[in-house]
Amino acid sequence: MRDGRRRPLSFYLLAGFFGLFVLFLYGPTSTIVLLSFQGPSGGLTFPMNGVSLHWFGNLFERQMVGDFAGSLQRSMLLGIVTMLVTVAVSFAAGLAFRKRFRGATLVFYLAIASLIVPSILISLGIGLLFRVLEWDPAWYSSAFGAHLSWTLPFGLLIMFAVFNRFSPSYEEAARDLGASPWQTIRHVVLPIVLPSLIGVGLFGFTLSYDEFARSLYTSGTFNTLPLEIYGMTTNVTTPVLYALGTVTTGVSFLVIALSLAAFVVIRRRRARFGSDAGRGV
Amino acid sequence: MSVRSPNWVPYLQVAPLSLVFLVFLVVPILTIVVVSFFDYDSTRLLPDFVLTNYEELLSSSITWRTYGQTLEFALITWICTLLIGFTVAYFLAFHVRSTAWQTVLFLVCTIPFWTSNIIRMISWIPFLGRNGVLNTALQGAGVIDRPLEFLLFSDFAVVLAYVHLYTLFMVVPIFNSMMRIDRSLIEAAHDAGASGRQILWNVIIPLCKPGIAIGSIFVVTIVMGDFVTVRLMSGGQSASVGLMMINAMSLLQYPAAAANAVVLLILVLMTVALMIRVVDIRREL
Repeated sequence: MRDGRRRPLSFYLLAGFFGLFVLFLYGPTSTIVLLSFQGPSGGLTFPMNGVSLHWFGNLFERQMVGDFAGSLQRSMLLGIVTMLVTVAVSFAAGLAFRKRFRGATLVFYLAIASLIVPSILISLGIGLLFRVLEWDPAWYSSAFGAHLSWTLPFGLLIMFAVFNRFSPSYEEAARDLGASPWQTIRHVVLPIVLPSLIGVGLFGFTLSYDEFARSLYTSGTFNTLPLEIYGMTTNVTTPVLYALGTVTTGVSFLVIALSLAAFVVIRRRRARFGSDAGRGV
Repeated sequence: MSVRSPNWVPYLQVAPLSLVFLVFLVVPILTIVVVSFFDYDSTRLLPDFVLTNYEELLSSSITWRTYGQTLEFALITWICTLLIGFTVAYFLAFHVRSTAWQTVLFLVCTIPFWTSNIIRMISWIPFLGRNGVLNTALQGAGVIDRPLEFLLFSDFAVVLAYVHLYTLFMVVPIFNSMMRIDRSLIEAAHDAGASGRQILWNVIIPLCKPGIAIGSIFVVTIVMGDFVTVRLMSGGQSASVGLMMINAMSLLQYPAAAANAVVLLILVLMTVALMIRVVDIRREL
């Protein structure tokens, strides 16, 4: 804050604290990444008994663990669809909340309720609902809805933050130039908020991809990945568990990297084509 | 704002969102409430209106002990995450000078959040276990002569996992609040002769209340509904309300689980209402 002065002692103390916090965050996780490369005779703890990819190979043998490949596929698909729907629905709702409409407060409180009601209650409720109605829960129906009830509040809150900083003068300019409401959204609003929509999508995907409690009673016969992982934690006692952790973490990082790349590409394009102000036509 | 679009447009825009909340939040909660009054036998749900589920739940001493333990976990976790989260947010907001560094350090904190929670829980096993990293190190250093048993599969491990998983939920909203504080207020307090501690206590903390409240709501509600962390980290030795519900469900005692769910829901809503009384959250968004 006070630029140019020597840093106070408190800075170094707090920096040290922050360092410890980061160590605390990363330490255990990096341990299991390391241990997933155990040799074939290695166990759940150190020391390492050689280095191998044995446990990763093990992961894809069906008989050893459950249906890892299938559950990964289902979770990816569910995550992607949840992501797309979250982006579209939050964007539309974000637009609605810029105007006054009856029931706005009610919908807002429903969104907050969806965040604070424990996930296991949602899961239980949807599971019971399907049971009472004698429908079969499935990952693409009930679990999909359960995931949306978790991702949409986040999407909505992000859209609130975005539209709070969004100047309506761009739209007014578009309207003055004769754009229809649809054209205004398509060619003015959407491009401006696109990076934030990527953020919403990223949130949607990772929240869904990771969601355990809301999947528990809603995914039916076929497991999603978090359910599969949970099942393994209770009955698998080999480093194949860590290999699973390493692989799923890798997938998460891949998704983040792709989103960040999309973000960067958009910014670059914008820098190149974004504004023609002052260039004449 | 949008002058030309007709009045029904916002309703159309908000319809999908409302529909999802109706079908996957409101109706399921109502279902839980209704089922909690159902009767049941070993195989079926029997539609009825009985109070036995609540009577059995509330008359059992196990219920009270479990609720007590759940609240205890929530309280301890809340205190730990608040202290750590506030300190980290304070460092990032007030001691890191450039925005670039703030962003980088912030990202460093958020990255682990993208790894599956369950994976992050089990990552403590090689660390805390009997032959884990910590015990080996302590024994190697001669601090202890036999492995500490309380580290893994204990209440300690449960709280540790909660703090590990959810401190970030405190850091983010508190950091947000801190970044909104007008820096000239702090300068003014400084010029008026306030000590660092006085500035912290009388200026920064009051202005961070919304962030603290939002973070607290997140952490407390998650911990109160949790069952995975308790089951995995306590090795089945501790209980939580969530776990109690799961167990009832696995015995096909759906109405019993539903009654428990209703009680938990009421407790959670009361806690949140209490926190919201402290601060108007809607104004902060």
